Amino acid sequence: MFKKIATGAVIAATALTMQTASVSAQETLFVPSLSYRTGPFAGNGIPIANGFADYFTMINERDGGIGGLKVVVEECETGYNAQKGVECYEATKGKGALVYNPYSTGITLQLIPKTPVDKIPVLSMGYGLSAAAIGEKFPWVFNYPATYWDQMSSIIKYIDGQEGGIKGKKVGFIYLDVGYGKEPIPLLDQLAEEMGFEVVKFPVGVKEMQNQSSHWLNVRKEKPDWMIMWGFGAMNATAIKEAAKIRYPLDHFIGNWWAGAHADLEPVGEAGKGYISANMAKAGTDMPAVQDILKYVVDAGKSQVSDRSEVGKVLYNRGMLNAVVVAEAIRIAQEMTGKTAITGEDMRIGLENMDLSDERLKELGLEGFTVPIKATCENHGSGGPIFMHQWNGSDFERISDLIPPMTDRVRAMLEEAADKYIADKPGWQTQDCG
Amino acid sequence: MDLLYNIFIDPFAQMAATPDFLLQVLWEGFVTGTLYALIALGYVLIFKASGVFNFAQGIMVVFAALSLVGFYEAGVPAYLALIMALGVMGVMAIGVERLVLRHMVNQPEIILFMATIGLSYFLIGAGELIFGGETKSMITQELGLPTGSTVVDVAGGIVILQHIDVAAAVIAAILVAALAFFFSKTRIGRALRAVADDHQAALSVGISLNQIWAVVWFAAGIVALATGIMWGARSDVSFALQIVALKALPVLILGGFTSIPGAIIGGLIIGVGEKIFEVYWGGLLGGGVEGWFAYVIALIFLLFRPQGLFGEKIIERI
Repeated sequence: MFKKIATGAVIAATALTMQTASVSAQETLFVPSLSYRTGPFAGNGIPIANGFADYFTMINERDGGIGGLKVVVEECETGYNAQKGVECYEATKGKGALVYNPYSTGITLQLIPKTPVDKIPVLSMGYGLSAAAIGEKFPWVFNYPATYWDQMSSIIKYIDGQEGGIKGKKVGFIYLDVGYGKEPIPLLDQLAEEMGFEVVKFPVGVKEMQNQSSHWLNVRKEKPDWMIMWGFGAMNATAIKEAAKIRYPLDHFIGNWWAGAHADLEPVGEAGKGYISANMAKAGTDMPAVQDILKYVVDAGKSQVSDRSEVGKVLYNRGMLNAVVVAEAIRIAQEMTGKTAITGEDMRIGLENMDLSDERLKELGLEGFTVPIKATCENHGSGGPIFMHQWNGSDFERISDLIPPMTDRVRAMLEEAADKYIADKPGWQTQDCG
Repeated sequence: MDLLYNIFIDPFAQMAATPDFLLQVLWEGFVTGTLYALIALGYVLIFKASGVFNFAQGIMVVFAALSLVGFYEAGVPAYLALIMALGVMGVMAIGVERLVLRHMVNQPEIILFMATIGLSYFLIGAGELIFGGETKSMITQELGLPTGSTVVDVAGGIVILQHIDVAAAVIAAILVAALAFFFSKTRIGRALRAVADDHQAALSVGISLNQIWAVVWFAAGIVALATGIMWGARSDVSFALQIVALKALPVLILGGFTSIPGAIIGGLIIGVGEKIFEVYWGGLLGGGVEGWFAYVIALIFLLFRPQGLFGEKIIERI
């Protein structure tokens, strides 16, 4: 008798849970956040996660959500670990996840094969697999506003402009020796061959992130004219300190947009003066939407930022930009499908029809926040321009106009790489954009 | 032929052509080796007292440095923060003894090792909960440690000496001398060696195991704090620093798990060896070789001296 009652109770509880989950998925917009507030990369992960969550909290508080539905952001801690990232994906996908923002190239690479199966898109905003920009071959992956290859080509273009021609110059490339750091190497090698400059590479293992003196001794030996860094986490501050230590001119040292945040430079301080990095979104709080975050979220005690001054910093705003893009994709998906409770498949439509123009940014209270982002069926990477900002010892100052990528060179290589990626994957889902 | 030239001729030609750079490489290797030796010292202390590899030593370095910076950021003056950080390491030592080690007297060493893995995860969690995961700057100047650098003209070139690196070498030397004196000349030091040999035998002659363990863990905590300050000043204080501590493993293999001089000599051999190899031969293998080269050096030594350079040779007769 007891056994029967217990079995009945378990079945009832399971049914009730499933029903609750189903209702919850229908009545909210569920956005998982694969964050890393712990581990070696937490210094970068924390502001990103805060900016991402705070924007949606503001949208919920100010507008009552999107299309009348609240956005539920559920964080899952990955520690920037690909295996844990996949566990987070598996644990949350059944809750009605609309899109995944892995914030790690390693995790992105693991999720890409899963997206067409589960029909949940991945938005790797400015990171991940560059070839995924080819929409015909990767219908479920989006990496705008620009791929790593776009970004690298813009950096080379900047150096080319500063030098009055990069031909004959030596460019050092120091990178975190993982999938993320290696990602732009094919393009860099190709550009070096085409444009006639030399590349010297300095891989930094995760174990050596805070122990880089050998790498910088090699830099001193090789004497590159420019240094480019694809670093992350504790690697960045250490690299900049080591560069200053060997008296490398920091105004010839350029980081990508994951190697140029307040989190990287504040521990370096005055010693990092002159260091340059790429960026995709404006820092600061002088935008109405950011003021709304301060008003509705931070001042209301609903944020996780430890200090009000954290709002507006480079990586906080990066996380916020990610949320803006997701929110806009939700709105577009609702508009195009006529549904408010959308699914991952609907979200893919929203992401593919992204048109975050200057006018739209102004409407959102984010005038001048980022470069316009426009996706199409063929182009999931947007190929947007970047700008450079420079550390003045206490803050960043923008020092360049927008620098578009070398689209003519990059696009052909992306297509080739996309073909190569799917070549050994029979049954890979593509789409016809004809 | 080119390969042979690149292996056997070119690196030495480079050394001869730019002796100033060679000196710089040797100096960097010496400083890095000093810091490796400091980390290894922490392991040696605990191994001597309990015969266990303390997996938590790396996070102890981070925890000690974070405590120091955390107190300072909370408004405590730098030197007081230093004393309070020492206090934290003291409390931790007593806590480890009371809550972990006391219950494991005479247990197999693998059990103690597993306990230190648990302790490591506890300290990671506690550290992230208390101090947050953000990277922090070491309060180098506030502690009166030197900053800046001196350029020395050598053989037509320059060698750049960072003042903090010089300070690291001096502090490491003082610590080593103090620890060597402590373990060889004091009653506690001798008791510690007895405990390391046999827990039960030490107990039977009236040595307080609990007291010895607390003292040793506190000494390891002091070494961890010194390491955290020095390494934090060179880069920053972040949880990634605990990974660097794993570099102490080849140092220990090389120097022997129970030898303080071994930790120092091992640290210097690994530090200088990996820099030289990375700079002059690393390019042949695509660079980034120092991550594994330290283990190669250690393995080569193991072939000839399995107990390490200064380790105790244990002969068990059957």
